[in-house]
Amino acid sequence: MNINMTLIGQTIAFAIFVWFCIKYVWPPISNALHERQKRIADGLDAASRASRDLEVAQEQANQTLRESKEQASEILEQANNRSAQIIEDAREEARAEGERMIDGARAAIDQDMQRAREELRSQVADLAVLGAERVLESAVDEKAHRKLLDNLAAEL
Amino acid sequence: MAAGNEVAPAEYIQHHLQNLTFGLHPENGWSLAQTAEQASDMGFWAIHLDTMGWSLGMGFLFIWLFRKVGNAATTGVPGVLQSMIEVIFEFVENLTRSTFHHTNPIIGPLALTLFVWILMMNTLKIIPVDYFPGVFAEIGIDQMKIVPTTDINATFGMALGVFILVLYYNFKIKGAGGFARELSLKPFNHWALIPFNLLLEVVALLVQPFSLAMRLFGNMFAGEVIFILIALLPFWAIWLLDVPWAIFHILIVTLQAFIFTVLSVVYLNAAHERH
Repeated sequence: MNINMTLIGQTIAFAIFVWFCIKYVWPPISNALHERQKRIADGLDAASRASRDLEVAQEQANQTLRESKEQASEILEQANNRSAQIIEDAREEARAEGERMIDGARAAIDQDMQRAREELRSQVADLAVLGAERVLESAVDEKAHRKLLDNLAAEL
Repeated sequence: MAAGNEVAPAEYIQHHLQNLTFGLHPENGWSLAQTAEQASDMGFWAIHLDTMGWSLGMGFLFIWLFRKVGNAATTGVPGVLQSMIEVIFEFVENLTRSTFHHTNPIIGPLALTLFVWILMMNTLKIIPVDYFPGVFAEIGIDQMKIVPTTDINATFGMALGVFILVLYYNFKIKGAGGFARELSLKPFNHWALIPFNLLLEVVALLVQPFSLAMRLFGNMFAGEVIFILIALLPFWAIWLLDVPWAIFHILIVTLQAFIFTVLSVVYLNAAHERH
């Protein structure tokens, strides 16, 4: 419990250690720490910048996606319209063609009927003439009765 | 407890509180003190070899460890040891930044040295009281007090170092006139109260090193005495008291190192303050 030279010795030791610390201990640790702090701060900065960029990019991607979807649906609609149009046209054409064919057929039938009727008429007239010849046993003057017979045939 | 059973408790305690003293004895000349009387006969011209040895050892350990880590310090991912050192470093740096409001590149290293050095010296106390005295007794050295901060010389030595800096900065920053003005005019700014102010301020100034030294010494010494008393118990009962006390001392050891550091920084801050 005596105060003695240890006191002086301790003060000197203390001074030496503080000096050592100022000179050799503090600077490297301090530098390393502050450099790391700076690097971490930079890293965090970069990270937040990157996430901001990512957001923008995502926004852009969404925008593009939306636009292309719109375009696609537009194209699809056009195609649908077009196909409906084509089908409609085809149907119209087919109907027209069908009608034309039916008309043609009908015309041909009419013609055939007309011809058959004509033929029938002439044959009936001939038959009638023949019948009347038989009935009258005499030849009907064809020239004289032609008109009459033709009228008769037309009435058939 | 190596010697505890044979010697009387008073003698055992006395023995454990005796430093290994080398000094100029009036009769024996420069020699090692064998007894407490011889040590006190030596007066001022003596030195506590154990205090000096252990404190220098701890100091160099601090410098070596921190220097090694500082040199190897990477700015990348730190290792375990580096992290630990950095935690302490940042703790001290924040402490000085929040307590010391001026620019002085010495304060940070000073606080770091104080904190770690005192912490290391205090921590020696966790080592059971008989280990090192026992080992040194084997090689013929009878006294060995391994905790430097239980020696008033060690704590007062550091406090004196801080006090010299306080005086130095008072004179440097304020000048002799400014310092004198602060001492004489501070609490009551009136010419008639100058003697009273002077008394108050000089006492307040001079009490700083005592406050630093006594607080640390008192805490450590008292703790040491308790450890020695506990060591006097029967060997099977020691741990019952020793373990809680040691655990409690982990707190005391850190707290006292912290208080010494903070107060030193506060005193130095006051020395930098201009009024």
